[in-house]
Amino acid sequence: METDFTTSRLTGWGRTSPSSARTAEVSRGDVSEFIKDSNRRGVLMRGLGRSYGDAAQNAGGVVLTLKGSAHEAVLDVDAGTVTAGAGVSLHDLLKVIVPRGFFVPVTPGTRFVTVGGAVASDIHGKNHHVEGSFGNHVRRLTLMLADGTIHEVGPDQNPSLFWATVGGMGLTGVILDVTFSLIPIETSLCTVNTIRCRNIDVLIEEMSHGDDDHRYSVAWADLLATGSRLGRSVLWRGDHTKLAELSSKDAAQALRYEPRHLASVPPIVPSFGFVNKLSSSLFNELWFRKEPRRKEGGHKSIPSYFHPLDAIGSWNRLYGAGGFLQYQFALPFGREDELRQIIEKVAVSKTASPLVVLKRFGASNPAPLSFPMPGWTLTVDIPARAEGLGSLLHIIDEMVMQSGGRHYLAKDAHTTPLAIRQGYPRLDEWIQIQRSVDPDRRWQSDLARRLELI
Amino acid sequence: MENAVGEVQNILVLGGRSEIGVAIARELLTPSTQRVMLACRQPGESREVEASLARNGLRVESVSFDAADTASHAGFVDNIVEGSGDLDVVILAFGVLGSQEQCDDDSQSAVKIAHTNYSGAVSIAMEVAKRFRQQGHGRLIILSSVAGERTRKANYVYGSTKAGLDAFAQGLSDAMVGTGASVMIVRPGFVHSAMTTGMKAAPFSTTPEVVAKLTVKGLRAGKRIIWTPGILRWVFMVMRHLPVAIWRRMPMG
Repeated sequence: METDFTTSRLTGWGRTSPSSARTAEVSRGDVSEFIKDSNRRGVLMRGLGRSYGDAAQNAGGVVLTLKGSAHEAVLDVDAGTVTAGAGVSLHDLLKVIVPRGFFVPVTPGTRFVTVGGAVASDIHGKNHHVEGSFGNHVRRLTLMLADGTIHEVGPDQNPSLFWATVGGMGLTGVILDVTFSLIPIETSLCTVNTIRCRNIDVLIEEMSHGDDDHRYSVAWADLLATGSRLGRSVLWRGDHTKLAELSSKDAAQALRYEPRHLASVPPIVPSFGFVNKLSSSLFNELWFRKEPRRKEGGHKSIPSYFHPLDAIGSWNRLYGAGGFLQYQFALPFGREDELRQIIEKVAVSKTASPLVVLKRFGASNPAPLSFPMPGWTLTVDIPARAEGLGSLLHIIDEMVMQSGGRHYLAKDAHTTPLAIRQGYPRLDEWIQIQRSVDPDRRWQSDLARRLELI
Repeated sequence: MENAVGEVQNILVLGGRSEIGVAIARELLTPSTQRVMLACRQPGESREVEASLARNGLRVESVSFDAADTASHAGFVDNIVEGSGDLDVVILAFGVLGSQEQCDDDSQSAVKIAHTNYSGAVSIAMEVAKRFRQQGHGRLIILSSVAGERTRKANYVYGSTKAGLDAFAQGLSDAMVGTGASVMIVRPGFVHSAMTTGMKAAPFSTTPEVVAKLTVKGLRAGKRIIWTPGILRWVFMVMRHLPVAIWRRMPMG
C-alpha cells in the first residue's frame, strides 16, 4: 500500500509554537501501514487539535488522524455503555446518544474532542468531584502497540498498560476504540443553581460545602479584580433535569438535542487580537453583574451549560497572531492560601483574559499521569504575547511545585521538565511501562520532547 | 523545543566569542533553557564567556567550530544533534571585519574575509537549515550588517560579504516557510564591541545588549528582518538612494 502524507504546520488550540510534520488521515485498518512509514522522529495520533499546547504535534515526524463515525458506534442500552472509534468526537456522539437518553460520563468545556483524546488526556469536567475523570468510566479499550500488534486493555485486563494509556498523552500506542459507560438522562436539560460570590474566600467556602449535593459544579472567576474583590466569581451548580420537572408540553420533546452554531470568527482578526486589559475588564464587569446574586432552578440546555464557547467557531482567533495559552494547575486541599496568592499574582499582572475557571476536584484515579487530584484546579487563558508572561508563569510554576500541585499536560505550553517531574511523582513508573511497550521510541510528540516524558 | 512564549531549551551560538551572539544568547536565557553551546575555533577561547553565562540548571559548553573549514560543517551539526538533541535557536554570529588597508595590499586577505563571512556562513546555514527541515522546527538568527546595505570605501570587502549573506538569508528565510522553522535577519548598525574597538563610532551606534534585546523581541514577534537600532531602517531608506558623489564623501570613515 502506498502511504500518502501531506506536510502540515501544526499548532494546538492556543496557536503557539508551530512545528511541521507529515500528516495523514487514516482509517483503522491502515494505521499499521502508516506507522511503519515513520523515521526517527516517530509517530503521534492527533484528534481535533483541542489540546492548547504542543501535545498533538510531532515536529519532523508523522502525525496521523484516525477517521471515525459516530454512526458506527455501538450503544448497549441495557449495559448503559457505548463502544466508539477513537476518532469519533463527543460532538457527533452526543447527537446520537442524547436523543436515546444517554449523556457522556465526562465532558470538558468543549464537545469538539475525540474519544481517543479524552482517554489520552484523561479529561475531566464539571462532575469530577463526584464521578472522577474520563478514565474512571472506561471499561476497555483497543490499543495498537508500536510493533503493530493489537491488544485489549482495561481496568481488569493488563491494568498497568491501561492506566498508563489513560492520561498517557498518546505515547503508549494508538487507541483504536473505547468502551465506556454513559449517564442515563431523562431530559436533555440541566437544572442549574447560580450563586454570585464576592471574592475567592466566599467561593471556596461555598464550593467546600455545597458541591457534593450536585453532580456538576464549576465557577467562573474574574482574575482582573483585586483587593476585597479578589477572585470574585459566579458558581453554577447543576444536575440533569428529571422528566417530572418539565411541563407536559416540554416533556414531549424532553430529549431534543440541537446544538447551535451562532457564528465563526473569520481568519482576518488583526494581529494584536481583541483580547486586552480593557476588553477583558469590561467583559468581566458585565459578566459578573448579569448574574443574579442567587438563583435556584433555572433550566439550561446541554450546549449552553456545558459547551457555551462551542457556539462560536474558531474563537481562538480572537487572540490574534500571537495566540494564547491556557494555564491550568491543581493544588491539593489545605493549600487554599497558596491558591489565593497565585490568584493575586495573576490579578495584579492584569494579563488574564475573561476565560477563567475554578473547580473543586474529587478523588484521583490510578493513572500515573492523570492530572486531577483532590483539591482545586484553576484555569486561566492568557494572550501569549502578554508582557512578562514567561517570568510570571515560572514564578507561579514554582508556587505550584512548592504546594505539591501539578500542571495539566493537555493544556501545558510553557512549563519545564522539572515542574512535571515534581508534580507527577509517579512519572518514572509511567516511563518504565512506556519503555516496555515502546523500546524503539516509535511514539513521540513535541510535548514529550519539551517535558522529557520519554 | 520552544514553548508558547518563545522560551527555548537549546541555544547554539556560531561564533562563541561574538559579543553580539553571546548577548543574544544571554537575552534568550530563561528557566526553560537547558543548554547553551558556544561554537568557536579554539574551545578554550570562550572560557570567560562560559563563566559569565553559568547559572543553576544550565549547561554551558564550548564546541570546536571553524567557519572557514566548510567541509567539516555537516559533521559538526550531526555531532551537536547527536549529543544535545534538537536545535531550538542557532545564532550565526561569526564574522571578521578585517582591515581594508591590508586587503588593498594583499588580495588573499580579502579572499579570507570573503570565505569566512560568506562561504562559511552559507555552508553552515545550509547545514542548519537541513537539520531544521528534518526536525520540523527551529530558529536561525543571521547577523547581517548595515555595512552590506550600501558598501562604503572604508570596509567594502566586509560590507560586500554582509551584502551577499543578507541576500542569501532572505532567500533562505523564504525557502523555510512551511517547514516549521524560520530564519530571522538582524541588521545592526555600528556596535561598540571588541570588533570595533578604536574605531570612530558611526551615527546611531549601539551596544551588543541593545541589539540582543531587539533581536529577541523580534524573534518572539515572528519578525523576518530587524534593524538595530530600528531607526536605521529609515536612515538607510534614504542612504541607499544618495547620489554616489555624496555617498562617497559621507564622513563615516
